[in-house]
Amino acid sequence: MPAGLSAGDFFYILPEIVLAAGALVLLVVDVLVSRARQDVLAAVTLIVLGATAVALLPVADAHVSIARGLVAVDRFALFFKVLFLVAAALTVLMSVRYLRVEGASAGEYYFLILCATLGMMFMAGGTDLITLFIGLETMAVSFYILAGFIKPNRRSNEAAIKYFLLGAFSLGILLYGMSLLYGLSGSTNLATIATALAGQERDPRLVLAVVLVVAGLGFKIAAVPFHMWAPDVYEGAPTPVTAFLSVGSKAASFAMALRILVESLPAMRLQGAEGPVIGWSLMLYVLAILTMSWGNLAAVTQSNLKRMLAYSSIAHAGYVLIGVIAGSTRGVAAALIYLMIYAFMQLGAFSVIVMLRREDSVGDELKDLNGLYFRRPFAALAMLFFMLSLGGIPPTAGFMGKFWLFGAAIESGYVWLAVIGVLNSAISLYYYVRVVVFMWLKNEPSGSDPVVNPAMATAVAIALAATLLLGVYPGPLFEFAEASARTLGVAELVQVVR
Amino acid sequence: MTNLPLLSIILFTPLAGAILLLFVSGKHENGIRWIANIVTLAGFLVSLPLWFWYDVQSPEFQFVERHVWIPSIGAQYFLGVDGFSVLLILLTTLMGFIAVLSSWTAITERVKEYYIFLLVLQTGMIGAFVSLDFLLFFLFWEVMLVPMYFLIGIWGSDRRLYSAIKFFLYTLVGSVVMLLGILALYFYQYSVTNVYTFDVTEFQRLSLPFGLQRWVFLAFFLGFAIKVPMFPFHTWLPDAHTDAPTAGSVILAAVLLKMGTYGFIRFSLPILPEATRFFVPMMAFLSIVGIVYGALVAMAQSDWKRLVAYSSVSHMAMVMLGMFALNPVGITGSIVQQLNHGISTGALFLLVGVVYERRHTRLIGEYGGLSKVMPVYAAIFLVMTMSSIGLPALNGFIGELLILQGVFVASRLWAAFAASGIVLGAAYMLWLYQRTMFGKIENPKNEHLPDLTLREFATFVPLLVLAVWIGLYPAPFLRRLDSTVSRVVARVNPLYDQERAADAGVRPPADQRAGAAGPAVAGGTR
Repeated sequence: MPAGLSAGDFFYILPEIVLAAGALVLLVVDVLVSRARQDVLAAVTLIVLGATAVALLPVADAHVSIARGLVAVDRFALFFKVLFLVAAALTVLMSVRYLRVEGASAGEYYFLILCATLGMMFMAGGTDLITLFIGLETMAVSFYILAGFIKPNRRSNEAAIKYFLLGAFSLGILLYGMSLLYGLSGSTNLATIATALAGQERDPRLVLAVVLVVAGLGFKIAAVPFHMWAPDVYEGAPTPVTAFLSVGSKAASFAMALRILVESLPAMRLQGAEGPVIGWSLMLYVLAILTMSWGNLAAVTQSNLKRMLAYSSIAHAGYVLIGVIAGSTRGVAAALIYLMIYAFMQLGAFSVIVMLRREDSVGDELKDLNGLYFRRPFAALAMLFFMLSLGGIPPTAGFMGKFWLFGAAIESGYVWLAVIGVLNSAISLYYYVRVVVFMWLKNEPSGSDPVVNPAMATAVAIALAATLLLGVYPGPLFEFAEASARTLGVAELVQVVR
Repeated sequence: MTNLPLLSIILFTPLAGAILLLFVSGKHENGIRWIANIVTLAGFLVSLPLWFWYDVQSPEFQFVERHVWIPSIGAQYFLGVDGFSVLLILLTTLMGFIAVLSSWTAITERVKEYYIFLLVLQTGMIGAFVSLDFLLFFLFWEVMLVPMYFLIGIWGSDRRLYSAIKFFLYTLVGSVVMLLGILALYFYQYSVTNVYTFDVTEFQRLSLPFGLQRWVFLAFFLGFAIKVPMFPFHTWLPDAHTDAPTAGSVILAAVLLKMGTYGFIRFSLPILPEATRFFVPMMAFLSIVGIVYGALVAMAQSDWKRLVAYSSVSHMAMVMLGMFALNPVGITGSIVQQLNHGISTGALFLLVGVVYERRHTRLIGEYGGLSKVMPVYAAIFLVMTMSSIGLPALNGFIGELLILQGVFVASRLWAAFAASGIVLGAAYMLWLYQRTMFGKIENPKNEHLPDLTLREFATFVPLLVLAVWIGLYPAPFLRRLDSTVSRVVARVNPLYDQERAADAGVRPPADQRAGAAGPAVAGGTR
């Protein structure tokens, strides 16, 4: 065969095939079951995600490039695939009751969740600009629809339109950067680009390409000043979608950014006499400081929980950037670790917010938490740990994640970045603790008692268990992330740096 | 005895109690109180073997437990104690029990949560004192924040939310900066030895470049000085103390403040000796300002609890000054005075709590002539006042004497300021006593105040015993500090012995080393 996949390649992308086929099966099942029995669809979705996870097992130790260099199956991709599957599963668990309350049709919803997950998996595995872009589009289009999924809700519609317009705009910028890269190097393959561009570091057109790529991806991870869409979209979108968006989409965009910047543009990292006029680590440095500081300061003033968590999620993107800037194996590993930990604590926090959505209460204002402890003590206790973890207080996972990030920054000599980072995490505690204050210190409940169904309880329990366990025993995660970071060709990167 | 994980047992007894309480229904309030009291008493009892089994002769860390925790970064579950931490742990477990006992009638709302937080706090504090792994230490250090925040925020008075968040953010800013200092040490250690470790005993063997030492010292300084609290980082303390419930104030004063001084002696001094010597003038200056300023502000207070809080600022500054004399006598005095401050200030907060429970006001002007209706109370208050101002035969005297002696060797000017602080201390404490206890009862609400109940009396007994014990026969305490102090001095001020010998001209260095706690003191009191 002159082009396309060889027979062996199918073995390596079996997980993606299972996921895509499962999504199609889901559409069929949706037609077969009655609207009253939508829980079946959630179960099917979970089974598809589980089957995909099982299909990952045989290729877990693989380190190959398949489909003529379009896709890599390596530890790095594996790490993110695990993250996406976990995030998708938790999202499905917290969606079951939410969809019933909102009266939305579940079949398309779960289908879109699976499609988004599929796109993310290609964003983590792609080693070619085309694959990466198609993955990104698959994910983004799914999210445009999901953001506006509650059709009668005007804020949901507004969120979808905003997300679509700004998303399309940012994709355009990113694509322009990519086309410049292609024009300058004559290839879309990441590794080929890296070799073809050797010696051209001082070309201003290449710098422009890097700026455009960074800006385009900056939109996707919601880094300041490319964050304007995030608060409105996060607030307006259905809460489980917001959760998935803030975790999955962000992690996938980071995976893509790491692939492009570290695999194809390592020489553009640091500016210098031989290197570019301005390196991407400096661009990210500025972005990280703006993102952390603005995200946290804006979050302090919010009274809407989802909006507050939107700004906090902006700030968290800033923390993760620290790991990317550090550029060492430890730095990339730190970014990976933090994204995984962030997935659990953020999804956990959102699942508690979803719990507050009842027929008679939207439940996304801070005051809706009033006296939660007295009505749902374990939900409040879980929320306490999620908030402490987001703020980085031990013995929760968030502390271990931040510890690893700031450690990477100090090791690579970015001490001031670490100082700004820790001061920011101190600021963030102010608003995280305020959430706790509302749950514990006040006692004027609004609306009916929150209802907990088994799916929801499972989601909270899994997120809580992970948040606490990774806080006191993070060793295995650390090792997994380090092994993953090493497959990204970071070893070569370090040689370029020193 | 060697195989028994004694420190882990001490560490996790309160936590086990907290977990047990989680599963008790909140309706059984008295049952919960009993459980909390029994658990903290058990916590104290299991810590007692530390006093008896601790080997005074051995300079090593004892009761060591070491297990792999996070192998990829070299973090260990590494516990161990020396004489200093033994005394602080015993203080913690004792004050923990007293705090719980004192809360029996004071806390009537959300009883279950209250005791759970107190017990978790207890584990956090003990954990910080027993950890010899820096990451583990930091973990426990931060764990203390949350329960204390809730204790102030839920069960506090008037401006409790403001005070709670102020306490939380102040401490947090200090500790995250400290974390960066820890990381800097960690990576330096790796660059020298190629081994990732958070082992404090390894750090103490490093000789860091002076520039790095200074930065790390400042990072640690921010973390520890806020906790002590040193001037000008003290402003959270009066608010936190004033609004905390009695037990919270007691724990805060008796144990939490010691975290800062513990941190200096355990980490800053031995790991960063050159930087420590470099910063002595700054530390001494801040301490002296703290001593005088704290005392003057205390004098101006109309709120009983605030007055005691500012007296804490002054007393803790004295502790810091003694420590930064950087000689054996000064450091020994500093440690003894830490215990004394825990005993006397803890007792003073308990005493305020007793009348606050009866009258629900802390204004000094509301009281007066209480010695007529509450004679037992007045007697205990008198003893504790005397202990606080350093009257001979009580514990405060020993601590202040040792500190003054150490400071005098370092600088006579400092000693003069420190002495002035003691005089001012006597003034505000005695004035407080006079205004509340003596005179006629002018406020009719005070006419029928009941004296101490048996339970309340019981909370004071151990503190009275300790005050007199340390005051009359401090040798057992000083003996336990010998090895710690000589180890710290050998690191931070290695030339001390020689200089001392040259100055005195009579004592050979060998003799100095043998009586490292300070020849004048140890010789005199034994």
